[in-house]
Formats: sequence, structure tokens, C-alpha cells
Amino acid sequence: MTKQKAHIKFTLNGEETEVAFAPHKTLLEVLREDLGLIGTKHGCELGECGTCTVLVNGQAILSCLMLGLDAEERQVKTIEGMANGGQLHPLQETFADLGAAQCGYCSPGFLLVAEELLNKNLRPSREEVKEALSGNLCRCTGYIKIYEAVELAAARMRGEEMELPREAIYGRQ
Amino acid sequence: MKSNKRDAELKVVGKPFRKVDARSKCTGQTKFADDIFLPRMLYCKILRTHEPHALIKNIDTAKALAGPGVFAVITGQDLPIPYGILPVSQDEHALCVDKVRFIGDPVAAVAAMDEDVAFDAMNLIEVEYERLQTISSIEEAVMIDEPRIHTYGDGGNIHKKVSLEFGDVEQGLAEADLICEDTFFYEGNTHLPMEQHAAVAHFDPDGKLTLWTSTQTPHYVHRALAKVLQLPASHIRVIATPNGGGFGGKSDPFNHEIIVSKLAMITGRPVKVTLTREEVFYCHRGRHPVLMHVRTGVKKDGSITGMHFQSFLDGGGYGSYGVASTFYTGALQTVTYNIPRYKFQGVRCFTNKPPCGPKRGHGTPQPRYALEVHLDKIAEQLQLDPAEMRRNHLVQPYSVTANYLRIGSMGLGQCLEKVVAGSGWRNKFSHWNEQNRKLPLGKGVGLACSSYICGAGLPIYWNNMPQSGVQLRLDRQGGVCVMCGSIDIGQGSDSILAYIVAEVLGIDPFDIRVVTADTDLTPVDLGSYSSRVTLMTGNAAIQAAERARELLVMAVAEKLGVPIENVALAERRAFDVENPETGVSFAEAVVLAETKFGTIGTVGSYTPPASPGKYKGSGVGPSPAYSYSAAVAEGEVEPSTGIVTVEKIWIAHDIGKSINPVLVMGQVEGSVYMGLGEILMEEMAYRANRNVVHKFPSMLEYKSPTTLEMCDVTTYLIEDPDPNGPFGAKEVGQGPLLPVPPAVANAVYNAVGVRIDEVPITPEKVLKALKEKEKGRDARYGPDSVPSIDWPDPLRVLTPEEGGDGREMPRVSVHS
Repeated sequence: MTKQKAHIKFTLNGEETEVAFAPHKTLLEVLREDLGLIGTKHGCELGECGTCTVLVNGQAILSCLMLGLDAEERQVKTIEGMANGGQLHPLQETFADLGAAQCGYCSPGFLLVAEELLNKNLRPSREEVKEALSGNLCRCTGYIKIYEAVELAAARMRGEEMELPREAIYGRQ
Repeated sequence: MKSNKRDAELKVVGKPFRKVDARSKCTGQTKFADDIFLPRMLYCKILRTHEPHALIKNIDTAKALAGPGVFAVITGQDLPIPYGILPVSQDEHALCVDKVRFIGDPVAAVAAMDEDVAFDAMNLIEVEYERLQTISSIEEAVMIDEPRIHTYGDGGNIHKKVSLEFGDVEQGLAEADLICEDTFFYEGNTHLPMEQHAAVAHFDPDGKLTLWTSTQTPHYVHRALAKVLQLPASHIRVIATPNGGGFGGKSDPFNHEIIVSKLAMITGRPVKVTLTREEVFYCHRGRHPVLMHVRTGVKKDGSITGMHFQSFLDGGGYGSYGVASTFYTGALQTVTYNIPRYKFQGVRCFTNKPPCGPKRGHGTPQPRYALEVHLDKIAEQLQLDPAEMRRNHLVQPYSVTANYLRIGSMGLGQCLEKVVAGSGWRNKFSHWNEQNRKLPLGKGVGLACSSYICGAGLPIYWNNMPQSGVQLRLDRQGGVCVMCGSIDIGQGSDSILAYIVAEVLGIDPFDIRVVTADTDLTPVDLGSYSSRVTLMTGNAAIQAAERARELLVMAVAEKLGVPIENVALAERRAFDVENPETGVSFAEAVVLAETKFGTIGTVGSYTPPASPGKYKGSGVGPSPAYSYSAAVAEGEVEPSTGIVTVEKIWIAHDIGKSINPVLVMGQVEGSVYMGLGEILMEEMAYRANRNVVHKFPSMLEYKSPTTLEMCDVTTYLIEDPDPNGPFGAKEVGQGPLLPVPPAVANAVYNAVGVRIDEVPITPEKVLKALKEKEKGRDARYGPDSVPSIDWPDPLRVLTPEEGGDGREMPRVSVHS
């Protein structure tokens, strides 16, 4: 029991944060176990599934492959930081409307990757959406509702009035 | 079930509401099992054997227990009572007692202050084994009687043999114009839910155990815990946490659930276990590898005169749901096309691999693939259009099949029409004429149909009680709480309860508090499996809500001085339909009812109708209703690499009635995705010559479709309401997977003229078949034969058409 805890300061969801943890811990473990932010999930802890994605300085990274120590002085954004108070991010709204979150376990990772995509490109093609999300696995949705949610959110973020696509909800007539 | 409302009057049902937990899921606030942290909680690690088949000679836990921070170490001696999901297969121990049966079987467990300490201690446990010969395949299992993996079953390493005959199949075949025979193999694959299984146990000072666990079947876990831990069931509370995906993989009671419960009892502290991804592969219970032989007689018009289907299942190391799985490989062949005489023989073997069980479609995707590819070959021989041939011989709605399955609504004809028209089938399929191809060589289309149950007709353990119960509590301030044992695994079952209660009571679904899957608080529902939840909990919810509605209406009618039939509930009000402005708010209606009747609580329950089949083995296959699906796949085969790319799938699903269409769409698309993974890439593969070790227990190496492999999907929802479904609804969680693998296999044939009679269709198999074709040999890849085994005399049942009563014929008269 002689483990010495490491201590870092970083910006977490916009808040200055200090945390002490066993130095071998991954950022995923620090977030979940030492900071109580359980919104970041794990599917493999080997960098294979994308589930544990968070944004570090705006870039999507796999928190299971990053040491907590490496978060020092960086900006980390997790799913807990995506909504603005009670106001959901447009992506969260469209994921909810279209059932793009079924079990919801992979959703935090998908949402953050999608946010990174839309931060760079507010008019992504379907192929660009697929490419951006290709590192994240979802076993429930077949990805289609996720594409539709990303595209709808992008349209709304561009300021376009856009209803839910009828075929996505009722199927083709 | 009761639903007096016409479609036009529905305010909630059929509308694309958000799920009641959508915001939680999109903000990462849904609490899964591993998200639970309790004060003083210990962490558990489970030592799993590296031996595929061995006797345990000794386990030394002294070094592990001596480590600082280690609170308990247990072995099989601490949990000697066996359990299993089926009463007939109580063959598992939470920790192996005297032998191990596959690499990954658990032998000891540690509770320690953190995961690292637990892991280090686990590695100090010393186990001595005496190795036994391994059984690694169906072929070995039927050949090698000794050593036996289990000492029960139908002899040697045979777990279960089934032999059933409905009508005289040989006579049926004799009446045929053409008899076709085929052999297929469907490799096993696994659920791969994104959430690894996890559980937290707490044994409180008053002697009550609480287990939070990622399970699809809290009721069965409750029963298993009571049995193995020897605690009164009344002292055990199982809370199923929202499942981060299930697909059938969290339907068994699991060793880790029992282990943490025992460790919590020993240490007096909460204990958590979270499996690693590798361990999830060892839990498995996934798709059985099945070798199949089918022999069918047809007339020139494609009508079937008789069918003989044989299946050989590789069950892995334990029973699990395997007996039911075996029956399911033979049960649902009869519910799509008319099969007047039908014989089924099935055998399940034990092998030294992780146990197989129920995965989405439980036991039916394998025979469905075989049947639909077989029919494609028959259509070619008869020079019939595969869509037309199928549509001309559909099973009749509201009929009883040769094996006594009662069909209700049947929308398969409409499904076929939609996908044929939508896909442009007639402009793409060249009617078996290679000289006049409509699509370029290398591109192809394929078609298949399917059907699935909406809940199993019988419960897993024999009883006459309801399969689903719902309890409603109405609060005098207008709150409504619906309680049900069902568990949301992502399909939206919590929301379905809210939508249905809201519809009946005329309130908003988001006004309702849904409490589910807590054995202390909720009435029993058997669990989220066999596509039973919408139909069964939905009917129970309607009953509970109608009973509450009746109380409200009586009280409001009295207050308003109008006849009770004049009182309507809608838009959070109770009012006189003749003077809609005369009424009270919903909360006031509850106050009136509570004043008149006392505290307002109602219950509802659902028991499926009795099945017409009464023969031994008739318990698997009956269902209150059957969903139907048809699919067309279009794709490309690259002849130089054998790589198959599926570009698009058109799928139509007969849902009966959508309780929420956007959730139905999600289930259809997710099913297409999972079927696509199964046909193209997913496989549980083992190194047979290296101790039956799993080839790749990781998400990177177990290939599943990413966004880059997923095809486009066009979905059509067919609503042919079923009288047994709530508001006419049928299932959608599993059925739409079924037509996808055979539709893709048939498209591959259409593209390059080779039959891949083995799933998954990998590039290697396609290339081999193309080489065979080049050499002028059989343009096919797949098994050539099935093992020869001694089948028992079939249990014979006269079909309904022959005047049968659903019972087996006495064996004496059969032989006289």
C-alpha cells in the first residue's frame, strides 16, 4: 500500500479541476473512478471500440489509451459537458428524437465524435459522416439513425428549419 | 387484446414520441451496472481456467488470501449447488467444483480493495489439473463417447436428441415432382454487446441481499441466487440495471452474479465485478454453430409436399438454453410457407467451448438461412421467380400449421410486394437466365422471407401463472407510476409501458414514472427475451390501465352527473363527451376516485393463449402471434478477391401495429445490421488443434460491421394488426434479422454463380467456390454431409389436415 498518488490540474468541461490518482491510471479510469464522471463508458479498454471517446483540446481521443497524467494542463470535454445546463446540444436533441441512442451505452462516444466532426464541417456528406464515425462501434442501431441524427443536427446548427425526416420515422410508404 | 380505440383516436400509440429515458441516454446519465459505486465497495476478479477440459486436482488459495487488501477468496467448494437457466439443464456451478469444461470456465474468485489488488491476488491462486481429451466439434462429439463432458444427456457427448414427424413425410416426398437435398453450416457468433457484463452485490446487516446486475432476466437470476446461495427468495432483491445491449447474451443467470453475491455475504461489504471484454467472449451463450441437412419435395409450381429437416448443434460446454435452441432449429420452418408434412430431427452436442445459447432469433436464423437458400435453389430448378414461388404458397392467416403452431395475422404477402417493387427486383433479377443478365456479372440481388415469435407460449419453468404483470399506482396529485418486472435493454420497453398507459388514461407519457426490473418493487415479468416484451407487458399494461380508467370514470361520472359511458379521458382531462368543456383535470379525477374508492392501485397480467399442440416437444414454437419479414439484398462480388460488398437491403416487416414507429425503425435497422455482420464476417472461431482456445476474444479481431461496412437500408412497415397484440402490435426486435443472411447468400449466387452454403461468407470461401466453378466442378462452398447418428424413432403426430388432435400417436399403433 505504498502507492503514491499523482496530482494534476486540468480543465474539465470548462471547469478548473484538480485530481489525485494512482499514476498508472488511464484518463478513462480517472474520469470514472476519481472524478465520478460515469458518462464516459468502456467497451474494450484496448482502443478498439471508440466507446470511451472524449475530446481533448477539441480532438476526439480514446480515454482508455491516454494516461490520466497526460491530461495535465489540457482541456478535456466529456459527455457531461456537452449540454449547456438543461439545454441539450443539437446533436443530443436529434439523437433523442430519432432513437439514435438505443441502449445508450455507445452514445456518449458517438456524440462527442459527431461534435468534433460538426465543429470542423457543418455540411458533411453521408460519406463524411460514416468516415468520421467509423472508429466507434454500435451494436443496436445499425448506425443509420445515428447518421440521420448527425445530419439533422448539422442542418439545424446551420440555421435551417428542418423537420424530422418522415421516412426515417415511418419507413418508406 | 382490448383496445377499443380506433386508429384515428390514438393520441400516443403509433406516434414517434421520444423514449422516456432518451435525455438520460443522450447525456450519459443512464446508470449502468458498472456505474454503481457504493461506500466500502470491494472489487472482484475471477480466475478462469486455461485448460479446455480437465479435472481439478487441487486449488491452493493461501498465497492469494495472504496478500494485503485481499478480503476473501472462494472456490467451487463454497458454492457447491448447481444451477442453469432450464430446469432440465442444471449443469453449471458458479465456480467449477471438480472439472473445467472450456477455456474461460471460472475456478476461483477474489474480493479485494481494488481491481489491481484483486488481479494480483487472482494470479497467486494455484490450480492443479489433470488434462482430459478435448471434444472440439460436432463430428468429434458424436464420435467420441468418452470422456464425457457431462454425465447427463442422451449418451456420450450428446446433450439432446429430438425426433418429430408430422404426417407421413415419405408419402409427401413420393407425391413430389422434384426432391431437393442440401447441406448447410452456420458458424457460431456472439452478441458483442457494447457494455461488458457487470454486477454489484450488497448483503445488508439485516440479512437481505441486493444484486444490481446487467441482466435481461432478473426473475431467473433471482431464482438461481435463491437456489445456489440457499437464501429464502424473499431475502433477495435483484435489480436489473439498464442493459448496454443484450441481444440474448445477458439472459442466463451468470456465475459472476452468484460469485459477487457470495463474496458480499462473506465480507459484509458491497462487491462489484465488471467483466473484461475477453471474459464476455467466454460468457458467450451466443449463436450455436449448426450443421443442417434439408430434403424437400415440391410440385412443379413450387408447392411443398413434404420436408425433412435435420440439425446438428455445437452446444459448447454447458446446457444453457440449448434444449430450447435445439427445438427452435426445427420449429419455425412451417410458419411462412405451407408445409403439409414435416419431419424434424435435431441433436445438440457438448464440446469444450464457451456455451452457446440464445442470440437474436434464438435457434432460427440458422435454419432460416438454410431454408431460404434451399428454396432459391429449388426455384432455379423449377425455373420459377423466387418471389413469386414464395408468394404463391404462403401459410394462411388464422390457420394451424402441420406442427400445430397457430398463425394469427400474416402480412408476409404485403412484405414481399413491397420489397419486390421497392428494390426493382423485376428489373434486376434475370430469371435464372445467365445469357440475358439484367445486372452486370459481379452484381446480384437475392431475396428471402422469415417469421418470428412474439414471445414464447410457455414459460421456462413449468407454471400456470402469468408471464407478465404490471402494477399501476395513481397518486392524488395526478402522478402515475407503472411498475413491471420487464427490463429495458435498449429496445425501449420502459417507454412502451409509458406509451400504453398514457394512451389508455389520456395523459402524456412523460407524466408517467416507470419503475421496472426490481424484484422487490415490480410484479414478475419473465424478462427481455423471445421478443415477448411489447406483446406481453403491453397487454398487461392495457389491463391495469383499463382497470384504473374504470375507477376514474365511475368517480368522474358521479361528480358530473352523467352516465359512465359518457366520460372520456384525454389530454390530461376527464370530461363529458357530449359537453367536452364539462370535466375535471386528470389529477382531480384521481382525487375523486381516491375519495370514493380509497387508494388507487390496479394490476394487470398476461398469460398467452394455450397452444393447440399437446405432443411432447410442443412447448417450443407456439406464440401468441408471429411477425413476418421479407428482404431483398443487392451487392457486388469482386471475383479476384472474393470480397462481398452489400450495397443495399430493402426490408419490409409486418409489425402488426407500431406502438412507436421510430423505435420500430430502429429495431429493423439494427436487425439488418446484425444479420449483415453474421453473413459476412462474424464468427466464434477456435484453434481446434491448440486446445480449443478462442482465436480472437477481442473486438478488434472479432470482426463486426463498422459504419464503413454497413449497407444502406430501405424499410417498409406493414401493419397487419394481430388480435393478440396490444393495439394489434407484434414483435420487431429479432424477426428482421432473419431474412438478411439468406438474402445476401442468394445475391452472391446471383452475382457470380457460386453457392456459399456456409455462414459467414468470407472472401476465402467465395474464392474457393469460384475456383471450383472455373474447373467445371460444383460451384459451391459448404459441407458435403452430416454425421450418421442413431436417431430415436420419431414421435408421430397427425397433422390438423389429417384430423389430428395435436397429440402424439401412441407408439404401439405406430408399429402395429
